[in-house]
Amino acid sequence: MATTTMTGASTRTTPRRRITKPLAVVGVLALWLVAWTLLRGQDMLELPRATLTELHHWLNDVNDSVGASRNSNPLFLYFFNEIRAVMDALVTFVQGLIAQPAYGRPVPVLGWLGVVALASYASWAFANWRVALLAAGGFTLFGLQGLWQESMDTLALTLVAVFVSLLFGIPLGVLAGVSDRFHRLITPVLDLMQTMPTFVYLAPLTLVFLIGPASATIATLIYAMPPAIRITAHGIRSVPGPPVEATDSFGATRRQRLTKALLPLSKRTIVLGVNQTIMAALAMVTVAALIDAPGLGKTVIKALQTLDVGTAFNAGVAIVVMAIVLDRVTTAASVRAEQGGGELNPRIRRLLLAGFGLVAAVCSYLSYTYLWASEFPEGGQLGEYLSQGATTVTTWAQHNLADLTAAVKDGVTIALLNPLEALLAESPWWLMGAVIVLLAALIGNLRAAAVAAVCVGLLVGSGLWNASMVTLAMTLVATLLVVTLGVVVGVWMGRSNRADRVIRPVLDAGQTMPAFVYLIPVVALFSVSRFSAIVAGVVYAAPVAIKIVADGVRAIPESTVEAATAAGSNTWQTITKVQLPMARQSLLLATNQGLIYVLSMVVIGGLVGAGALGYEVVAGFSQGQLYGKGLAAGVAIVVLGIMLDRIARAAAQRSEPAPSANQT
Amino acid sequence: MRSIVNKRVLAGVSLSTVAALTLTACGGSKIESTDAADSGDCGTFTIAINPWVGYEANAAVIAHVAETELGCKVVKKDLKEEIAWQGFGTGQVDAIVENWGHDDLRQKYIEDQKTAVSAGSTGVEGVIGWYVPPWMAEEYPDITDWNNLNKYASLFETTESGGKGQLLDGDPSFVTNDEALVKNLGLDYNVVYAGSEPALIQAFRQAEEKKEPVLGYFYDPQWFLSEVELVKVDLPEYQEGCDADPEKVACDYPVYDLDKIVSKSFADANGPAYQLVDNFNWTNEDQNLVARYIAQDNMSPEEAAEKWVEANQDKVEAWLPQS
Repeated sequence: MATTTMTGASTRTTPRRRITKPLAVVGVLALWLVAWTLLRGQDMLELPRATLTELHHWLNDVNDSVGASRNSNPLFLYFFNEIRAVMDALVTFVQGLIAQPAYGRPVPVLGWLGVVALASYASWAFANWRVALLAAGGFTLFGLQGLWQESMDTLALTLVAVFVSLLFGIPLGVLAGVSDRFHRLITPVLDLMQTMPTFVYLAPLTLVFLIGPASATIATLIYAMPPAIRITAHGIRSVPGPPVEATDSFGATRRQRLTKALLPLSKRTIVLGVNQTIMAALAMVTVAALIDAPGLGKTVIKALQTLDVGTAFNAGVAIVVMAIVLDRVTTAASVRAEQGGGELNPRIRRLLLAGFGLVAAVCSYLSYTYLWASEFPEGGQLGEYLSQGATTVTTWAQHNLADLTAAVKDGVTIALLNPLEALLAESPWWLMGAVIVLLAALIGNLRAAAVAAVCVGLLVGSGLWNASMVTLAMTLVATLLVVTLGVVVGVWMGRSNRADRVIRPVLDAGQTMPAFVYLIPVVALFSVSRFSAIVAGVVYAAPVAIKIVADGVRAIPESTVEAATAAGSNTWQTITKVQLPMARQSLLLATNQGLIYVLSMVVIGGLVGAGALGYEVVAGFSQGQLYGKGLAAGVAIVVLGIMLDRIARAAAQRSEPAPSANQT
Repeated sequence: MRSIVNKRVLAGVSLSTVAALTLTACGGSKIESTDAADSGDCGTFTIAINPWVGYEANAAVIAHVAETELGCKVVKKDLKEEIAWQGFGTGQVDAIVENWGHDDLRQKYIEDQKTAVSAGSTGVEGVIGWYVPPWMAEEYPDITDWNNLNKYASLFETTESGGKGQLLDGDPSFVTNDEALVKNLGLDYNVVYAGSEPALIQAFRQAEEKKEPVLGYFYDPQWFLSEVELVKVDLPEYQEGCDADPEKVACDYPVYDLDKIVSKSFADANGPAYQLVDNFNWTNEDQNLVARYIAQDNMSPEEAAEKWVEANQDKVEAWLPQS
């Protein structure tokens, strides 16, 4: 099969062009190496830690003047202050319902019994009884862990952030779905919102919206809203043409077209957007705790101060469980939204709705009135078992695995990371910049090269060129590991249902467990080093890549795989000759997503010894004088992300036509 | 037919559930609404909680006394230093109860914006410097003199330090001159930034356990020192003004008199809570004790403060407002 593809393609394109491209890439790399040996260490644009450029000073001044004008500027008096008041009121209201003492009562309006009952009831009503059980179990677990109130605070904040995200996100998404111009306009804004490190805007947020729930919620929704917009837009855009045309042929107005055709047909995708928004909001729980956001994040941060891995883990588990419950419930709800209720007779269903609704209402009333149903009974030892277990495992690993892990760290650092970093960071900037632009042109296209050139310019302008190249080296190594893991584990999961069932929850945990929980174990195993930062990035990014590859492998028609087996291919040949080539699109997507996820962990890396851009961002958050530099570092991370993403996309597009040419 | 049976069963099930729940409930105690206990003239007192245990010890004791003796409603806000200072101007923070220098913030908020004032010393002295784990000080006694650091540089080499000795720095919130110090003292070292306090402590903890070499930036008081007694390396002695030019620093860090900072309006109102903060003064030993309760004995800050206050009534007496 592979050979026919090759010959088919080479007869179509002129042979000369086909050969010169890879040769040119090799040529560029070779020239780069030669130039590097000659010019190494020149024009590296290193900037000492404490030194600021003009730009950094200017950013500091802007920040200061905003703070100084807070009490006189009409923008604050009539705009930001109003937003803040509304947000504060919303959060305080929901907290009063489920989390905090309110309305002159020593406890919230709804106690644990009411919340568990309502959560299960809603899960059953919108999805199915299986996820309703999961919701009941998950919520009870928070209580048994001794984290009821913290969990409810987190839930309250998450609900408000998600509500506001959807309130604005879905209409914006619809607009981006129907208008190409708006779509083009908003995409870079969304890129910025998703890749700009939160640490960069935490401090300014508290300046604008003050310390309190409003700032925490806004920090959360900056990160959580983009998926709602993107996925809604995607849903609207991928509605197939015929139904829409049919509506048009009946002479529908634009409004009717939207409400009668586009929205109903993209319902499932939109619910998926809700799901992704919730996940993103939960990812912000710990970071928002740095500006006094109440809830589980605070428990994690406090435990970290005394290196109490156990307590942090316990709270981390609660976050993971909350994420899994909300994920499964919304996913099941989206399936239901598409396929309808299913097996139950609608009459019986209505009856059950009323019956269970009554039960939930009574539970709520009880939890409003009686103490036992309001405060979760104490004596649940589960939290202690969990934290002791985690502490034991960490200590064991530290004593028994540290030599092995240190060897791995040294191996990868010396063989891969150090040479790559030397090559990237010790090339003169103009050489490195030229190499990036040339490679973008060769493996991508001219447009990608133009974007790359602008990005190189921005990185130089940020004053953090050298730090950016150090971060780039770490990012590339981490992405390489992520893709390797993605292929190995993803193929395994794609081929075996059992492996999928066992591994998937682990992946969910890896994605939602706050990085702050595993910072200490990672440092214990890999010491304070750039490799620790890489490991943190891989823990977070690998699950996404693995899932995408697994889904890609699974999507290959079974008949194709069977045909290969029948033709005498062994397992290895089936994987390398059939499954991987056919899942090529998924591999590309996995690489791209892996890269973006790795970049979003750069700042966390700065907390365990990565230095470079991640450290600059953390330092900017911690010290006022370094604010401008931290902001520049945040922008540099965004620029790196955009540059790599656009080059990768162009490369993917370029390689696209070959197989289709073969088909014709 | 079937649907009618189902209906009855369903109705029965839900009714009996409701009945059962209501019955079980009857035994429990009811929730009574509480009147906001209005307490004296103290009102609400907001303390920023900066993220380290020693700070938490100060704040817990002050909060405990304010609540029990003065009847204040104490609000604690978990904030980093920078954001806590920012909160003075917006009236969201009343007091910071352990401040390490921060000349830049003093300039900005006390001198320029005039939203903050100092409320005097906490009595605690802060020492910043370079430390090694105790096993190293024992095995290489002369390592505590900076003059000998170059001799040992190769011991401290790691994959991160670029062929030189590694000097480990921690949380970027703390003042550090380390890069300049290494350069100006002609040391064969590179500064590696751990980036956070937990990572730094973990590095020291592991170094002592496994007898590995580590040289790092640390500070006293800090709860970890009562677990592993790190040994300070003597840099050239601090002289007034020797750190004036950050580029040319070649001397040790000064000893910091850790003080309290309060918002201007809080000080001007001169309420009981302000007077408590103003009078608050204790020693490194006091703070270490409370910090140890929190960090090693796993007490909540409230329990730790209560325990200390009970044992030290005489000290607490002296902090109370004189009226």
